Parts: sequence; structure tokens; C-alpha cells
Amino acid sequence: MTKQHDKQKPNNYYRLLTRNMLLTIIIVSVMPMILISGLILYQFENSYQEKVHAHLKELVLKHKQNIDTFLREKLDNIRFLGISFSFDELKDEDFLRDRLAGLQQVYGRVFVDLGVVNSEGIQVAYAGPFKLGRAVYSDASWFSTALQRDYFKSDVFLGLRGLPHFIIAVRENWKGEKWILRATIDFVAFNNLVENIRIGQTGFAFILNRKAEFQTKPLLELVPDREPYMGFLRDSRNFKDGVRIVEQDNSTGHKIIYVAAVLKHGDWLLVYQQKASDAFSDLGTTIRITLALILMGTICIVTTAFVLSRKMVARVAKADRENELMNDQIVETGKLASLGEMATGIAHEINNPVAIMVEEAGWIEDLMEEEEFQKGENLAEFERALKQIKTQGRRCKDITHKLLSFARKTDSRIQDVSVNALLEELIMLSEQRAKYSNVTIHAALQENLPTVRVSESELQQVFLNLINNALDAMEKIGGNLRISTQMEESHIIIGDHILIEVADDGPGIPTVNLAKIFDPFFTTKPVGKGTGLGLSICYGIIKKMGGNIEARSVIDGGTTFTVKLPLPKSEEGNA
Amino acid sequence: MKGVHSDDIRLLLVDDEVGFAEVIAKRLRKRGMVVQAVFTGTDAVRAIRKQDFDVAILDLKMEDMDGIEVLKIFKRAYPEMAVIMLTGHGSETAAKEGLEYGAFDYLTKPCDLEDLVEKINQAVQAS
Repeated sequence: MTKQHDKQKPNNYYRLLTRNMLLTIIIVSVMPMILISGLILYQFENSYQEKVHAHLKELVLKHKQNIDTFLREKLDNIRFLGISFSFDELKDEDFLRDRLAGLQQVYGRVFVDLGVVNSEGIQVAYAGPFKLGRAVYSDASWFSTALQRDYFKSDVFLGLRGLPHFIIAVRENWKGEKWILRATIDFVAFNNLVENIRIGQTGFAFILNRKAEFQTKPLLELVPDREPYMGFLRDSRNFKDGVRIVEQDNSTGHKIIYVAAVLKHGDWLLVYQQKASDAFSDLGTTIRITLALILMGTICIVTTAFVLSRKMVARVAKADRENELMNDQIVETGKLASLGEMATGIAHEINNPVAIMVEEAGWIEDLMEEEEFQKGENLAEFERALKQIKTQGRRCKDITHKLLSFARKTDSRIQDVSVNALLEELIMLSEQRAKYSNVTIHAALQENLPTVRVSESELQQVFLNLINNALDAMEKIGGNLRISTQMEESHIIIGDHILIEVADDGPGIPTVNLAKIFDPFFTTKPVGKGTGLGLSICYGIIKKMGGNIEARSVIDGGTTFTVKLPLPKSEEGNA
Repeated sequence: MKGVHSDDIRLLLVDDEVGFAEVIAKRLRKRGMVVQAVFTGTDAVRAIRKQDFDVAILDLKMEDMDGIEVLKIFKRAYPEMAVIMLTGHGSETAAKEGLEYGAFDYLTKPCDLEDLVEKINQAVQAS
């Protein structure tokens, strides 16, 4: 009745147990892994970022120095020229051409041309590839600035020649008049200084002036919007070590690393920029590998947790089942014990009346010896009747004695047990039922069998079970129950042993079921009739005794149970 | 009586199962013994104060007194009187305890009268 309910509950319980175990294992293993990996990754990312930043800073600084040095050198060259030669000498175009040739010989085609401009802004001499002789610079912005300073480096501009270039100019005095020696720096040569800075797929550099105009090759397709750089330009005086590094998202949503350094005392800005994903591509790889490892680890953990929790819960369930079985066995034993107690009570109650009856019959016998009775015609019949009373009384006594000794054996102490005596008692107890089921019991017990050291009550339970099963099997049709014992020697595993067979000639057990008869809860009896525990308990008991129990069956031929009980080792047993 | 010669044995039979005690008493008397049957432990103790007995047959399981207690009183007061105990089947432990207190022997109930008579004779001869 409650059985179904009981069986459903554990299912839920085990599901819950599995889930809890699974979650616990996963949380306990995955969390630390993720935490540690995350922490390490975070630290690694930080230091890697620092390293990349430092590297980029250094790179930009080095180039800044290169460019500054380049500009200073060129300026120094021109200054040297201005100081070394007078206005007179330099305004001679041949002389100037020689000087240009000399410069180009030493420094390559960095110097494009040279020009000498007087204080009115008229180029009085020119050496170079363009036809700029007598050009008028009085309106050029660079001229007015150059006139006010000792030397001057211009921004890049198109000028009269219509090509991007910038000039270096030095101002000198000659006879009270200011004049300017001007040199054009080759844009391509200068550009190379910056263009060489290329790292990864997306790293490049360029130079901007204060108006955010390109001072190197315009990279309009790469840098369409120069608004972001205005910030650097405004802030350029506060650059620490002359360099600033910033990471920010650009208009297309990519994170960009900007490294900026001031050139020309703050007039120009050297900018290096690279996509963060490119600069940190190694970091990206590391992160991906780490994530893959975490994922794999998690999968492993989850799989293990799944398998482990399943296995463990299966074990727990098995243990629970066994425990339940044990409980059932205890209940069964308990039942047997209370049955025993009841039997004791009944036996005692019956004993006394039977004793009195037998004694009264004996008293009549005593009296019959008197002479008056000796002559009676029914004397023989009297004597027969009295004898019968005594015989039946003795039979009652036998039965109660057997019952009493059966009841006494409900304890599970290990003792020397005579298998034959135990079987005889059980046969005696079962005879009535056997007769009722039309079954004849044949006992073939080998004489002088040694005793076995087992719990008598447990052994009794086993054989009572086997006999009852056999009687159940033959209940409808009747038949023969053969019980035999014999001594067998030297079994490989259990050594010398007693072999007991309980054989019926009932309907037999189908092969499919035969394999399962010792399984707990397996029964072919109608619901409510059998627990399916009897034989599994028998199996447990015999195994515990170190013995063996087997069944073989032939359909319509009957079933035979063979029990082998080991004998005690000779030194303690038959000595 | 089939060769049994038990004349003049004075016997006290103590058993609270009146029917049993009475019929046994009758049968033993018929065999020449002088038998007094009592049905309680108290009566048994009273009886031995009034009169001497050669043998006492004592049921160990009685309503008013434990047979072993009666046995102890018997052996203290009349150590020379032999005591044969009667016990139910399966209660031999009590009987074995009785032997330690000086009982002659025990029989399990229900017993054959001939066995009882033989035991009585043995007890008398032994004392």
C-alpha cells in the first residue's frame, strides 16, 4: 500500500542527490579554476599592456629623437653655411650651386635647393632644380617669421613650386642689412624617417603641425578625421618625457592606441597609432588559448562530475537497497522469533493437559491390574484404548517438544549444528502441510555427518524457506519432496563440505526466471503473496556461512536446490 | 508392581498443576510409596516442617513461588532429603541451576511414570 509511495520518493531523492552532487563538484572545481585563470590573465594582460606601451613609447621617442636630430643637423649645416660665407659670396649662384653640390655629396639628396633672400624678400640667388631665381617671398608667411628669428624651420607647404616641402632658414646680417639663407628639405627623405615606423598590420606614424595638418605624406584614407589629435596638440606641453600614450575608440568603434611625441619644440606632433587588437594580438592569442583551456577544463570537470555523481548515487542507492533488504531480513527474523515465542506459549499450555491425560490413562492401567477388572470381557479392548491414549499423548509431547526446540533457536549465535537433526525437525514440522498438499517427503540423510559451525536459526530459516517454496510449487498437483544430505570432500573453494539437496518434482522454473531467483524482490507469486526476498535472504545467509547455494530446474521435471556448507577446518572441528 | 519395590518411601510431590499432581500421587501410592501432594510452594514448605520425607518431587514452575527458591529452602532445612525437579521442555537452564543447589536430578515434563519411579529409587539408594 505505502510501498509504491516509498519507491517513488527515493527516485526523487536520488535525482536531487545527483543534482546536488553534480552542482557541488562543478562549482567547487570550476570556480577556483575560473578565478585563478581570470586573475592570472588579468595580471598578464596588465603587464603585457604595460610592456607594449613601454615598447611603443620607446619606439616613438627614438624616432622623435631621430627626427629632432635630423632637423637640428640640417639646420646646423645651413647655419654653418651662413656663418662661414658672406652674403656676397653666397649671392653668386655658381658659388651657391657648388655649396649645394657639396651638401648633397655629404648628405645625399636631402637638401633640394638653396636660396639667398635679401631683406626685401627677393631671392637674389638660387641653386636647385626649380626655376626660382628672383622669386619674391615678401608676402610668404615663412619669410616674415624667418626675418624675426635667428633661424626657422617651416611647416610643410606647397609654396611657389606647388610641391609639398618645408624649408630651413637662417638669418644673417651683412652691412646692417638682414638676409636669409634658405634650404629646402627633400620631402621624400624626411617622410622616410616617419614612414619607416610600421609595426604589425595597422601600425603607422605621421607628423602633424599645430593646425593638425599632415607634415608627412597625407594619410587621408587612414586618418580622415584629425579631431582626436587636437587634444594632443593642446596638451602637448604637459607630455611626460615628451611622450603621451592613450587608448581610445575611434569613429569606427575600433580601439586605437595613440602614441604622440612633440617635435620642433612643440610645433609638430609625431603620432604613432595602431589598432589595439593588432598591438595586443599576442595577448589576444593568449586569451583565446586560456579561454579554450578553461572551456576544455570545464567540459572535463562537468563530464567527470556527471559520471562521478551518477556512479556515487548508484552506489548510495545500492547501499540503501541492501540496507532495506537487511531491514526486511531483520523483520523476517523478528517475525520468526515472535512466532517462536507464540509456539513456546502454546506448547507449554498444551503440555500440561496432555501430561495429565497420559497420567490418568496410566492410572486407569494401574487400576486395571486389580483382579476385578482382570475378568472383564472387554479387558483387551480397554488395554488397547489406553495404550492408544498413551501413544497419542506421547505424539503430542513429541510435537510440543519439537516446537519448543524450534522456538529456542531464534538466536543467531554460531554453534555446532547437526544438519540432519535440523532437517529432521523441519521435516517433522512440515509434514502436516505436505500431507495437506498431497506431497510425500523423502529424506535420505547420510548418517554420522560431522557438525557445521553456523547459526542454527539462520540455517533453519534457509531450509524452511526451501521446503516451503517446494511445497508451494507442488501445492496444486502434489508430488515428492526429496531431501538428502551427504558428505563431499575437497571442493576447490569451500573444501570438505556437506551437500544438501532439496528437490521437488513440481512444474519447474523457466530458464529466464532461474537466473533471477536469488535477486531481491524477484517473485513469481501473486502480488501480496511473496516479498521476493526469501531466496535472496537464503543466498545471503549461505554466502555468509562461506557456503554455496545453486538451483537447477527442468520444466515439468522439478527444481533442485543444492546447498553446500563448509565443514570447520580439521584442527578445530573433528579433532 | 513389575519388580519395582518402593515400599515405605516417603515422598512429597509439589506441583501447582493439581490434576497432574493428584494422578501422579495416586499412581505412586499404588506402587507402595507414601505420597503427600501439595499444590503450592508455601504448602510444600509447611509440609516438610510437619513431617520428614525421603524424596521431594518439585515442579520448578509454579504460580506462587519459584521452584528454585523452594529448593533452596528444602536443602537448607533438610539437606538429607533428595529432590527431583520437574521442568518444562526447553527450560533445562533452570534445572541445571537447581543441580548446583544440591538437587538430585531432573526430569522434563511430561515424563514417563516408570522413569520417575526409577529416578526416585535411585535417589533413595543414593541418600
